[in-house]
Amino acid sequence: MKKSLSMLLAGAMLLGTLAGCGGDTAADSSQGGSTASGNAFKIGGTAPLTGNVAIYGQAVQNGAQIAVDEINAEGGDIQFDIRFEDDQGQTDLATNAYAVLKDWGMQLSLLSVTTKPGEAIAPLHFEDRIFALTPSASSTAVVEGKDNVFQMCFTDPNQGTASADYIAEQQLGTKIGVIYQTDEVYSVGIYEKFKEEAAAKGLEIVAEESFTTDTQTDFSVQINACRSAGADLIFLPIYYTPASLILTQANAIGYAPKFFGVDGMDGILTVQNFDTSLAEGVMLLTPFNADATDEKTANFVNKYREQFGETPNQFAADAYDCIYAYKQALETAGCTPDMTAEELCEAMMATFPTITFEGLTGDGEGITWQQTGEVSKSPKGMVIENGAYVGME
Amino acid sequence: MVLLNHLINGISLGSIYAIIALGYTMVYGIAKMLNFAHGDVIMVGGYMCFCATVYLGWPPLAGIALAVVVCTVLGVVIERLAYKPLRMAPALAVLITAIGVSYFLQNAALLLWGSSTKSFTSVVTGAPIPLFGGQLTVAPVTLVTVAACVVIMVALMLFTSKTKAGTAMRAVSEDKGAAELMGINVNTTISLTFAIGSGLAAIAGVLLCSAYPTLMPTTGSMPGIKAFTAAVFGGIGSIPGAFVGGILLGVIEILAGGYISTQLQNAIVFAVLILVLLVKPDGLLGKRMSEKV
Repeated sequence: MKKSLSMLLAGAMLLGTLAGCGGDTAADSSQGGSTASGNAFKIGGTAPLTGNVAIYGQAVQNGAQIAVDEINAEGGDIQFDIRFEDDQGQTDLATNAYAVLKDWGMQLSLLSVTTKPGEAIAPLHFEDRIFALTPSASSTAVVEGKDNVFQMCFTDPNQGTASADYIAEQQLGTKIGVIYQTDEVYSVGIYEKFKEEAAAKGLEIVAEESFTTDTQTDFSVQINACRSAGADLIFLPIYYTPASLILTQANAIGYAPKFFGVDGMDGILTVQNFDTSLAEGVMLLTPFNADATDEKTANFVNKYREQFGETPNQFAADAYDCIYAYKQALETAGCTPDMTAEELCEAMMATFPTITFEGLTGDGEGITWQQTGEVSKSPKGMVIENGAYVGME
Repeated sequence: MVLLNHLINGISLGSIYAIIALGYTMVYGIAKMLNFAHGDVIMVGGYMCFCATVYLGWPPLAGIALAVVVCTVLGVVIERLAYKPLRMAPALAVLITAIGVSYFLQNAALLLWGSSTKSFTSVVTGAPIPLFGGQLTVAPVTLVTVAACVVIMVALMLFTSKTKAGTAMRAVSEDKGAAELMGINVNTTISLTFAIGSGLAAIAGVLLCSAYPTLMPTTGSMPGIKAFTAAVFGGIGSIPGAFVGGILLGVIEILAGGYISTQLQNAIVFAVLILVLLVKPDGLLGKRMSEKV
């Protein structure tokens, strides 16, 4: 009897594992995306399709897919075949995902969506000479010392500086509290530059509070410190999951300063069951405004809503831009799909710093790249009103 | 004023640890095993309440009731399937099985509910209560948590000392063989212990998610470990010990974060634990029992 029961349990566990595998393969095949007819450039990327930051991964996948579908439907010389592998925002899984993509024959890469996996696999791209353009891995370490890794998003220092400038120019707050995550390079990178620029602009930082992944469920200490220091604006250079908690906990004790976030705040409105009224008035800097009225943006936003039932965030827009930037660069360089990844890498490295790209993100002046892979484009200030992002000013 | 504020937060966090620790300590005291799956039962409780209130639109109280019922049944089933067959096996085998059950529950939750974080709606609603003319505010959920913790502890103490089933539990705890000879059904008693422990886990889960409103498959792991620490701190097997240990652990954690460093708060908590165990190896309120050979 005892034996049969334990066998049953072992069987149940085995089944559980198998079910897990089954789920994964099903997801993998659906990640394959659309395949272009005939010869196409193979673009691959790792993304957190599940996990804590899955909202970013899914947005990037969807945004890139729309661009690929559009380009393939036009039937021009340049066709794309795109594939994403899940990294759950973790470095070890990203390394595995990269290996899978390499075996698949990836010629051009979108690197990763979040920063940590990006830092892990950027050196691999460098060694293997596969060109990478990341939509959103934003630390400087991602591109530093790697001549073939480029970014579509602002770098972290850039975001910190721009945020401090914006707060100072718009006079949003006088006493500023910061809550950042010390074991996340993305957060620390932005925070350090913010602090520097805030000092230069005469903003007073009254509380600098931090947390780590292990302590990101309870923010009572940090919120209290900001409150007792009299902070009237809290700068949150962190991802949306802890940010949603900070908003909820501050509200629970009746503390209502202004909150100012960066691109990691994007996605806060889509956290399941999050009370979006708490996010009213939260400001953030993002390169993309879904409310913009120009034809390109309106077209993209409509398609995205039709296919995925929600308003695209900046990650989707950055990914969309990545695909079109690749198209422009490939055309300029006259590349063909039969070229090897290494040949394409050389061509892209030579071409990207020379082109000016007009995309959904950035302002009318276009997007350019430095030789180092860093992008230059201007951010837009956004505020959350009635549960939607609205352009400031 | 800041100190008072930290104390309130510490007691709130500590009460949750204490409720979880009570479950740990009950099971350890009676079945003499460390149920490492306890933290994950908390997570299941949180998800059950979430599903009931968000997907089915039930009122919060019904959600809590569902969570308690599901977790109680789950606790008994886990005990029957995973631990009972190993009753005669070495303690290490049971410990490893408990870790296995813990991972099983986490992965089952991952399959069922996905890995994206869910925002939990607090079961306790109401405006924050101002104290000292608004210099301090206390969230209503804090009061409910502390009250629930005290009520549960007192109820458990009365249960184990006054009722027949409670007396049976203490007998099993002291000597399984002798208890059986006295006509106590050891298996039923252990099942009952697991039922109570898991029911408490459900309540702890709902309160944990109400105070710190995120829900994901690993929600229960860290509080589970901390509560286990609290139980050892207070003297594992002792009900008042779990209560005192939980509250102290919460207060130390928050004070360490508030006055020393939020980076080091976990390190400080565990350092204090080591110090206490060096001085009092059985924990603050633990009983020194001579081992029979």
